[in-house]
Amino acid sequence: MSVAAELSAEPAGEAFVRFENVQKSYDGEILVVKDLNLDIPKGEFLTMLGPSGSGKTTSLMMLAGFEPATHGNIYLDGQSINNVPPNKRGIGMVFQNYALFPHMTVAENLAFPLHVRGLSKSEIETKVRQALEMVELPEMGGRRPAQLSGGQQQRVAVARALVFDPNLILMDEPLGALDKQLREQMQYEIKHIHENLGVTVVYVTHDQSEALTMSDRIAVFNDGVIQQLSTPDDLYERPQNSFVAQFIGENNKLHGKVTKLTDGIATVDLDGGEVVTAAAVNVVANGDRTTLSLRPERVEIEPKKSSVDNIVTGEIRELIYLGDHVRTRMSVAGNDEFIVKVPNSAGHKPLAEGAKVKVGWKAEDCRALDPLTS
Amino acid sequence: MTDATLSGMDNAAQRAGADKKALLAADGTPLKQKLARTTRRMKFNAFMLTLPLVLFLLVSFVFPIGEMLVRSVYNPTGSNVVPQFAKAIQDWDENEGIPSEELIEIFVKDLATAAKNREVGKTVGNLATRINYEIPGSRSLFTKTARKVRRLEEGPYKEALFEIDKKWENPNIWRTLKRVTRDYTLSFYLAATDRKFDPDGSIVRADELYQIYLPILWKTIWLSALITALCFIIAYPVSYLLATLPLRTSNLLMIMVLLPFWTSLLVRTSAWIAMLQKEGIINNILVYLGLIGNEHRIQMIYNATGTVIAMVHILLPFMILPLYSVMKTIPPTYMRAARSMGASGTYAFTKVYFPQTIPGIAAGTLLVFILAIGYYITPALVGGNDGLLISNLIAGHIQRSLNWSLAAALGTILLVVVLTLYWVYNRLVGVDNLKFG
Repeated sequence: MSVAAELSAEPAGEAFVRFENVQKSYDGEILVVKDLNLDIPKGEFLTMLGPSGSGKTTSLMMLAGFEPATHGNIYLDGQSINNVPPNKRGIGMVFQNYALFPHMTVAENLAFPLHVRGLSKSEIETKVRQALEMVELPEMGGRRPAQLSGGQQQRVAVARALVFDPNLILMDEPLGALDKQLREQMQYEIKHIHENLGVTVVYVTHDQSEALTMSDRIAVFNDGVIQQLSTPDDLYERPQNSFVAQFIGENNKLHGKVTKLTDGIATVDLDGGEVVTAAAVNVVANGDRTTLSLRPERVEIEPKKSSVDNIVTGEIRELIYLGDHVRTRMSVAGNDEFIVKVPNSAGHKPLAEGAKVKVGWKAEDCRALDPLTS
Repeated sequence: MTDATLSGMDNAAQRAGADKKALLAADGTPLKQKLARTTRRMKFNAFMLTLPLVLFLLVSFVFPIGEMLVRSVYNPTGSNVVPQFAKAIQDWDENEGIPSEELIEIFVKDLATAAKNREVGKTVGNLATRINYEIPGSRSLFTKTARKVRRLEEGPYKEALFEIDKKWENPNIWRTLKRVTRDYTLSFYLAATDRKFDPDGSIVRADELYQIYLPILWKTIWLSALITALCFIIAYPVSYLLATLPLRTSNLLMIMVLLPFWTSLLVRTSAWIAMLQKEGIINNILVYLGLIGNEHRIQMIYNATGTVIAMVHILLPFMILPLYSVMKTIPPTYMRAARSMGASGTYAFTKVYFPQTIPGIAAGTLLVFILAIGYYITPALVGGNDGLLISNLIAGHIQRSLNWSLAAALGTILLVVVLTLYWVYNRLVGVDNLKFG
């Protein structure tokens, strides 16, 4: 939590959306959102990422105005919007199942926010046509939503959220109903629309690869708290705690106890008996329990002594051939699920199941984080 | 495509002149024939499953309705009671005034035979009743004449008849007799719409005093529409609550909605009598609160008000359930989406929510209106005179006045009204869009 507060305090331009000490409870017993502080600058694509029940959707609904904040303030463009009803906030929104009105045609759906705003007939026609062209569905205006494919409905939903030129777009798991291939294609399309229009986007998803692909910054939610707020590469390379390391990407866990702490390098006695060094990120003192986080692609098999800081011996349990690399499951320092990605490069020694091999890594690639109980 | 079907097609093509489109199965028989053979058993099974229902409907629904339609136009009283005369008079020219001696002889002999007859439907009384529908007050003329002609041995019959009663000298009696002794007649439909045949055969409106069916039919339609409208106004918000509240609360509410279904109709109606009568709970409370004086107690039952109140209560679930089932399928995100696009709550409701509930509204109103228009027991119990509906008149003709043909004509008119309504609904909403839940 302290980490999140630190990061969100970083001035990243004038805050366009600001959550200030926001709390939310539905039943008066459990806080779904605990003391949320978050600044979103204008034009940013920010993703709220987290498992279900982490408070990300609730936060989005508070911003949209569908749920009141139990405590705290939400600001939009410098104005507190706590008492502004959703229809006066001027926020475009894309819903999980698109929420396209089934009794209206695509064009009528797009015209809806314009009618509400009392635009003239010709203005509405122009804007609807432009919006349909933007999402490359110029011929579909006369159809009903049910006559469109999932991907087309998705595009119409995006167009409808954008057609009245809002400065802020909220997206609540908009790609959840699409198949994998279409989802990836739509990720790029939404990203391009964001880049072209320069609107601010707050995007909610539980899919980490979606978040990494699209976002400028990602806020990782768990248990009602932002665990880390960083750029995608930071989030992957430098997770601040064990939850983020677990949640984003693949990760090897090694449990142990800190025995020495110097210059940001911790010496850790692993539960399996080995002693290794790691970057001290989320450990405070000697004797602390810690969980080391190590990305599979940063582990070397049979390393040269000079290129790595730590070398331990492990036993190969399983080899899975994946073309460009061999996914190797090993037993290392008591962890049977230790994964190493061995690149399929020339001159590599063939590996065999059951063989004992040395594995090694640099201290800086291995991060000593808060202990996980398992 | 397999080789077998390919070669089958080749074979077919080689048989020049044969229908080129007829695909053949692997063994050479036409594919359509093969398919029909394999699905025949399935169709037979499906038919056998529905057979009990089909038979039941035939016996209890299709046949009675057909019977009713026939009875409303077919009334063979004339040819049952005076068979020779009924046949002979059809050739008689109405402009002659009084029939010839021969025709009257046939009439008198038929009447004399009929006077001895005790078989149900073939007595002089039956004919007298039938004539009485056309010329009120002429019943006694027939019964009296029938008694006297038994002693009449020989002619001239015309003078004898005139001696029995002067009314026989009136040509209108004979004209009416000619019309009445036909087996098929429209007079019951005319009666049901407050019209009648003039003695000279033209259709005229009944006297003001006898105009009862059309006003009651219009009142039935109007009260049914009112009941439907009230049901809709009450049911719509309740259904909305049912569809949007958390499951536990909505289940409780649903039980309260369904509770009337589990209570006997008579119990519910009696409860309304206890509530609404002059010395009833509501009047007592109003008097107690000083809103009305003790001598000005409101008459809320045994009139149209009572009928409307009790029937709204009884028919309410039929409105709530279709509305609920449609509203249940409308996700709350539609309203949220509309609001996020700037629509006020009212605008979002009228443009987004309401249009999507139309199939439920259509089903609910159709159901309630059709049930209301034919409702019998509640108006009979709490309607008094003012709150009687057309079905009460139909029941009266079946049970008391025994004019079944008129009851059938009224019933048929009611059926036509309902079918017309259904047709209009189908044009406006589309029956495929109806959702009964």
